[in-house]
Amino acid sequence: MATVEYAAALNLALREEMRRDPRVYVIGEDIVLGVPFGVTKGLAEEFGPERVLNAPISEAAIVGSALGAAMTGLRPVVDMHFADFVTCAMDEVANQIAKSRYMFGGQVDCPLVLRMPYGIGKSAGGHHSNSVEGWFINIPGLKICIPSTPRDARGLLKTAIRDPDPVMVFEHRGLYRVVGEVPDEEELIPLGSAEVKRPGSDVTVIATARMVHAALEAAELLAREGISAEVVDPRSLVPLDRETLAGSVAKTHRVVIAEEGPMRGSAGAWLAWVVMEECFDDLDGPIARVAGPNVPIPFSPPLEAACTPDSEAVAAACRQVLK
Amino acid sequence: MTPGPDQLLEMYAAMLRVRLFEERARELYAGGRIPGFIHLSVGQEAVAVGVCAALRRDDYLLSTHRGHGHLIAKGGSLRALMAELYGKASGCCKGKGGSMHIADASVGYLGANGVLAAGCVLAPGVGLSIQMRKTDQVVVAIFGDGAANRGPFHEGVNLAALWRAPAVFVCENNRWASTTAQAVSTAGGSIAQRAAGYGIPGVTVDGNEVLAVVEAVGEAVARARRGEGPSLVEAQTIRWLGHYEGDPQLYRGKDEVAEGRGRDPVGRLRQVLEERNLLDAAHAARIEAAVKGEIDDAVAFAEASPLPDARAAFEDLFAFYPWRD
Ligand SMILES: Cc1ncc(C[n+]2csc(CCOP(=O)(O)OP(=O)(O)O)c2C)c(N)n1
Repeated sequence: MATVEYAAALNLALREEMRRDPRVYVIGEDIVLGVPFGVTKGLAEEFGPERVLNAPISEAAIVGSALGAAMTGLRPVVDMHFADFVTCAMDEVANQIAKSRYMFGGQVDCPLVLRMPYGIGKSAGGHHSNSVEGWFINIPGLKICIPSTPRDARGLLKTAIRDPDPVMVFEHRGLYRVVGEVPDEEELIPLGSAEVKRPGSDVTVIATARMVHAALEAAELLAREGISAEVVDPRSLVPLDRETLAGSVAKTHRVVIAEEGPMRGSAGAWLAWVVMEECFDDLDGPIARVAGPNVPIPFSPPLEAACTPDSEAVAAACRQVLK
Repeated sequence: MTPGPDQLLEMYAAMLRVRLFEERARELYAGGRIPGFIHLSVGQEAVAVGVCAALRRDDYLLSTHRGHGHLIAKGGSLRALMAELYGKASGCCKGKGGSMHIADASVGYLGANGVLAAGCVLAPGVGLSIQMRKTDQVVVAIFGDGAANRGPFHEGVNLAALWRAPAVFVCENNRWASTTAQAVSTAGGSIAQRAAGYGIPGVTVDGNEVLAVVEAVGEAVARARRGEGPSLVEAQTIRWLGHYEGDPQLYRGKDEVAEGRGRDPVGRLRQVLEERNLLDAAHAARIEAAVKGEIDDAVAFAEASPLPDARAAFEDLFAFYPWRD
């Protein structure tokens, strides 16, 4: 086991898959130097400019060209720079990538990966802070994973690259410098496999990405109050591991769902529905949700803090469902 | 457009205001007074000031992530700008925007933008509004060389040309889009030449020479005001600092910045003024002292202003929303 940062774990996954499969290439803005998060740093030295493509600021063409390449035998990995700018390639994602295989009756595969650095933090302001995974939950045809640890990041990205379909990987930019253990040997983490990050018996907290860490902190706080919280990380939202979620709820009977993006029409809202559908008889009370408020992300630190769900909010929600 | 003596002196003060504001912002950022990240325009002052010298206060400006200088040159309040960079409640956007999303509608500054080229598609709409309201205003959209490779640049120019909108597109070409050189990302090399495809005038000017900028933009603005439609001006300049504050600049050598400093737009205008006997050392010192005083005042204002109350995060989303949800 090596201890590495989340960004380095993603870098490792890219290297391993590029070594293994010459069809894999990476494309994005400023990726040769690995700006701004360092994930693609050093790839150009190892794989050359033919497979590490610094693109002009042309998001529609970056994402659209990836689809063209994927349909004809390559395996592109797109670096979205900031997930916020996927808006500039929304037709390519929502209409072209998500639908081509289906509309063409299964004739073409679209094996491509969209790496989505996203999330709130450090006063990046309204155009660089959004948690947009919820938008894509609502688009049939996209697989979506959302790793919370370096190990999951590496294992899920590798699986995503080998997957025959389009996969979005949501990488919270507040996690890039988080360190964790990554196995020395190759590890592929299948899509649709949730993981219990901390076992507990009183309440299930289903959390994604940065909120997994907030939930783990909350579980620490709650433990001191005699409350045992189980933290479950779905790791992929599409496909979703319903069994692991339901197994946890069958044990605890209480559920809190924690995410960072806005409350309305979100990934968490979908998860709440799934829990209701799978576990209605097991639930001892209503599900509580922790999410961002329904506003854009403001710049000023106290405003940003007011829009950032944290461990306190998760702990409070747990206490509430246990009342 | 040829500015007279008074306007030249005003332009000199404006250039200095941008320069000294940006340098002060840099120090304040390094000292942890300004949150988030900031993109400074030191070395590019002639573009901001040259463009705005060709505009009236009621003309519109659509700006970029590197927009402090544009707002200052358009006549926006230094106090409100500095307070916004600080994230204070007294900022022009009440602390909600920050450096990349400053706006000051009172001087027609319709926003910096965190999304590159976003303003280019707003421009034809602002132009349409001017036409339908039958005023003789003009809108300028400024964007970087990198942004010129996004679709909205092309769509915006095409639509403005079709509508003969009173719009001017100004490319602030500082050779770099973050770590990516303009030369390797722009097919055809020239951004100004792209105008030909849309049947509008396109010119390239020395963007370190404020008189060249004001002349080219002035002509484009006059044309737009006459109802003859949009133009494209590519102003070639040099960014002296990093792409953002903290940028290690691994992608370029020091010679480029040295070249920029050798063609210092502020120094060049000062030289012109001196040659024309419009400015002597004592007068220049008075202007500089006055500008420094304005900036000190803006910093003191920002420092003394309170941070916004957390509740403000939930205000301003809609103009009308009496519902609870
Ligand atoms: C649509 C979009 N893509 C990417 C970015 C990230 N980004 C911010 S500034 C920048 C470089 C911009 O270069 P240019 O347009 O030349 O302006 P300059 O920074 O040189 O003033 C990039 C890639 C962004 N803000 N918006």
